[in-house]
Amino acid sequence: MRPVRAFGRFWWDFVVGDDWRAALGVAVAIGATAVLVAGGVDAWWLMPAAVATVLWLSLRRASR
Amino acid sequence: MTTAFLIASAFLASAVEFVEALTIVLAAGITRGWRSSLTGLGAATVALAAIVAALGPALTLVPIDALRLVVGALLLAFGLQWLRKAILRASGYKALHDEAEIFVREQADARAAGEPQRAGLDWYGFTLSFKGVLLEGLEVAFIVITFGSAQGSIPLAALGAGAALVLVAVVGALVRGPLTRVPENTLKFAVGVMLTTFGIFWSTEGVGAHWPGDDASLPGVLAFVVLTSAGAVATLRRRRMAFA
Repeated sequence: MRPVRAFGRFWWDFVVGDDWRAALGVAVAIGATAVLVAGGVDAWWLMPAAVATVLWLSLRRASR
Repeated sequence: MTTAFLIASAFLASAVEFVEALTIVLAAGITRGWRSSLTGLGAATVALAAIVAALGPALTLVPIDALRLVVGALLLAFGLQWLRKAILRASGYKALHDEAEIFVREQADARAAGEPQRAGLDWYGFTLSFKGVLLEGLEVAFIVITFGSAQGSIPLAALGAGAALVLVAVVGALVRGPLTRVPENTLKFAVGVMLTTFGIFWSTEGVGAHWPGDDASLPGVLAFVVLTSAGAVATLRRRRMAFA
């Protein structure tokens, strides 16, 4: 079991890191863009705005 | 323009990881002997080559939009981590990453370990070197495979990573010590900006949205990420000064 846990831990640290909320924010932003595109809106502008917001919120949490 | 971005991103990201791997190999070599350390380096290189050879061609079979979506999402999660840490370091909220300190710590750990011998090798030195190179190398492999496959050119991304490997190896051989003069946070800042830029660009394309001007909008996304990050550093610095 230990190697499996260590493997999972490695990938979690590698991709998600120490702020899972930022990773979740990215996933939500991508989902929202997909929904808008499916509804006929060419929402290329959403990801930059969402990433700037997610980054700033993450920095605020880390610098408190 | 995209080709230059691709090579530069792979080069910078790989250079950072190679500097970290070099620090570990040097610490293992100096304290436990070069034979074990270099054997660990060689074994990890073979393992990495096998991983890249297996995963690279498999990824080229995935439809490009699906690939860009997955790669974009991964790069964003990954890039934001780099960018966040680099901004916190630049604004004084986090200590600067110090290769000299890591080198001293790795050396102390290596000296404190016993002297188990397996297959005629110092096992601690071999394992330290192997694990260090494999873990740092996996990050390089991840960047080369994802950047290369999403942009349709693994060889170009590999070229950037290869150039970084040669540069770090040559400088490491000349210096024979940890590369303390590398402006590591500046490099990591640049890598975080590049990964985040490509992440935004590809994840948006992956879900079917279209950038105005297609690939020509990439410099615009880059400028947006640079300005946002620089603004964050300035704001955090001011806040830190105000509380000091």
